[in-house]
Amino acid sequence: MSRSKLPLTESHEIFRASARRFFETECAPNQRVWEKDGGVPRTIWQRAGELGFLCPRVGGNYGGFDADFLYSAIVAEEQARAGVVAPALLQSDSVASYIAAYGSEMQKRALLPHIAAGTALGALALRGQREARRDGQHYVLGGRADFVAGGHDAHFVIVAADTREGTSLFVVETGKTEGLAKSKAIKTLGQAAPGAVDLVFDDVRLPGACLLGEREGLGVAQIAARLTEERLLAAATAVAAIERAIRITTEYVKDRRAFKQRIIDFQNTRFRLAEAKTEAVALRIFLERCLREFLDGTLDAADAAALHHAAADRQCAIVDDCVQLHGGYGYILDYAVARMWTDGRLAKILACTDETVRDIVGSPQAVRA
Amino acid sequence: MPMIRSPHYTPRHEAFREAVRDFMAREVVPHFADWQAAGRTPRALWLKAGEAGLLCTKMSPAFGGGGGDLYHSLIIIEEQTRIGFNELTFYLHSDIIAPYIELYGTDDQKERFLPRMARGELVAAIAMTEPGAGSDLQAIRTTAVSDGNGYRLNGQKVFISNGQVGNLICVAAKTDPQAGGKGISLLLLETDGADGFVRGKNLNKIGCKAQDSSELFFDDVRVPPGNLLGGAEGQGFPLLMQRLPEERLIMAMSAVANMEEAVKETEARLTARGGIDAARTKLADCRIKAKMGRAFLEAAIDSFIEGTFDTTEGAMIKWWTTQRQNEVCDACVQLMGVDGYRMDNIVAHRYADSRLGRIAGGTNEIMKDLIGRSL
Repeated sequence: MSRSKLPLTESHEIFRASARRFFETECAPNQRVWEKDGGVPRTIWQRAGELGFLCPRVGGNYGGFDADFLYSAIVAEEQARAGVVAPALLQSDSVASYIAAYGSEMQKRALLPHIAAGTALGALALRGQREARRDGQHYVLGGRADFVAGGHDAHFVIVAADTREGTSLFVVETGKTEGLAKSKAIKTLGQAAPGAVDLVFDDVRLPGACLLGEREGLGVAQIAARLTEERLLAAATAVAAIERAIRITTEYVKDRRAFKQRIIDFQNTRFRLAEAKTEAVALRIFLERCLREFLDGTLDAADAAALHHAAADRQCAIVDDCVQLHGGYGYILDYAVARMWTDGRLAKILACTDETVRDIVGSPQAVRA
Repeated sequence: MPMIRSPHYTPRHEAFREAVRDFMAREVVPHFADWQAAGRTPRALWLKAGEAGLLCTKMSPAFGGGGGDLYHSLIIIEEQTRIGFNELTFYLHSDIIAPYIELYGTDDQKERFLPRMARGELVAAIAMTEPGAGSDLQAIRTTAVSDGNGYRLNGQKVFISNGQVGNLICVAAKTDPQAGGKGISLLLLETDGADGFVRGKNLNKIGCKAQDSSELFFDDVRVPPGNLLGGAEGQGFPLLMQRLPEERLIMAMSAVANMEEAVKETEARLTARGGIDAARTKLADCRIKAKMGRAFLEAAIDSFIEGTFDTTEGAMIKWWTTQRQNEVCDACVQLMGVDGYRMDNIVAHRYADSRLGRIAGGTNEIMKDLIGRSL
């Protein structure tokens, strides 16, 4: 099918090839080891930093290379294409874009070069309610944040909390902060290595300089402004995962035999894979359309939400079908497709739940559009 | 903003769209209910459409055609769909049958048939399906036996669109019953005064009510030798297969426009009578499907224009869009409750009409089989 003609240059392709090699040779073979170890080694983050994968869009003087959004999308796609869940590189891209967009010069200088190098890891604690009281030059942060993805290894967390002027964002260091308690890594259905945790803030004193943004009350707008790119990267991840599931399953059903014929020779197999393949093509076209509009500055937020929702929903449905086509082996975690089933379920939950996405797509503004 | 986003879509197309929209409002909307009740469109409509330049838009002006491109066909379908005129009427005539004659016919055939088709004096139908041969075209049993001075047609056809109204029937028949697909030829039968040609029942369909869909019977009907399409026997099957991807693209256009309209109409209805708030989530799902369908369609159109559109892509776009169209129309009916069950509600029409999309143009199971074979 004629593709939507993204402005991809030779540099993008070189970057893609490098990302592919990194994920396939340095990450994919170690997934089970890192899962057993309960986390990835710090060195793999630094290696990703050396290769420029952590926050390509950040400016050159802060450790990035001022790249366009497609570079981030390439990291998302290649990571999913290789079936790599750890290290979750997009985490760095995401926190870096918060710092780059809203941070003071001091915050940027203190954090961005380290995020880019893979020596500082960040996480986001935006869901849930917390309060930050002003106390002289300080804030006092109280409350909890459940399921902070990547929180286990994070050096700092961007926390949303209620302040007098409305929701505000804070950069909270996790290492030496008194009053901050971190749970053990949460045991999850899949994606074991990324290490989500629960955080409890018990009157954590934060210097005023931890506020992200020029003043209080900007938090909701700050989060909303990042949402579209997060959705696009999540969708790129989902589409690449769907394509991977179809690739793996097509190989499997061509190879395996039952009742004296190949599994692919059963009409049911061909029908289900045909549907999956067509869904994948439709989604990729929609993804590329949205990416192009995002680059042009014309993407409607409702479209990004629609794309994200559709991609995550289809990912779960298609991977589920792929498990079915594997028969009993699809249930065995030694098989990639079983991993994709447990890992992928998070796609429909993270970034935003299904229903929240639908609320945005179905909002009066979207209806008018 | 043009409704079709593509570098190949020009202001000239947009002007044509205006003319089509105008024609639909003037010549179709006031009479549509009557035609639905009658189960057909009148000949007068065809003559008016010919005069307005809505027939054979792609045909060369040398034969009286519009000299246009794929977009002209898409625009007509899209504008028909906007008003709920989902009948295939014009498109079969202009975009399927006329091109057969223009691309594969003899010079004599082009001169005899094409100008009259462009003017709407001839209304064309294509007779492939038989009681025992639907998607499996090779199984047809109608025969055309040469008698030295032309052919004798014997057999029967069913589900033939324009079969009641049409006076030029392109009949698929076996000129060599032993040769399977290679024995199929297409014969152009002018029905006026054709002895032994009988139109059977106009079939009562679930939807697309103003589209006649007929049984046809051939009892030793004589066809002149010059009416064998292309002048050589056995060309029918490959010829019929060639244009299927394009046909499926046009069906996808209809499916996408139906989704978009059904969502708009449902939203308007629920806003007016209350209940829009409870429907938001479900309407959002429908809107996602329509939006994805539009993006998918535009990519397919570009692929077609660039010459890369193939059987697999045709099958993909047809399966996906008609499947989603059914889901969206079904959801919209549901959202309106009993309001959605009344045939004076256009969405109920779309719902009934949409069911055909999953069957016509090769069933969606055939589409999946075609895609599956490409894996």
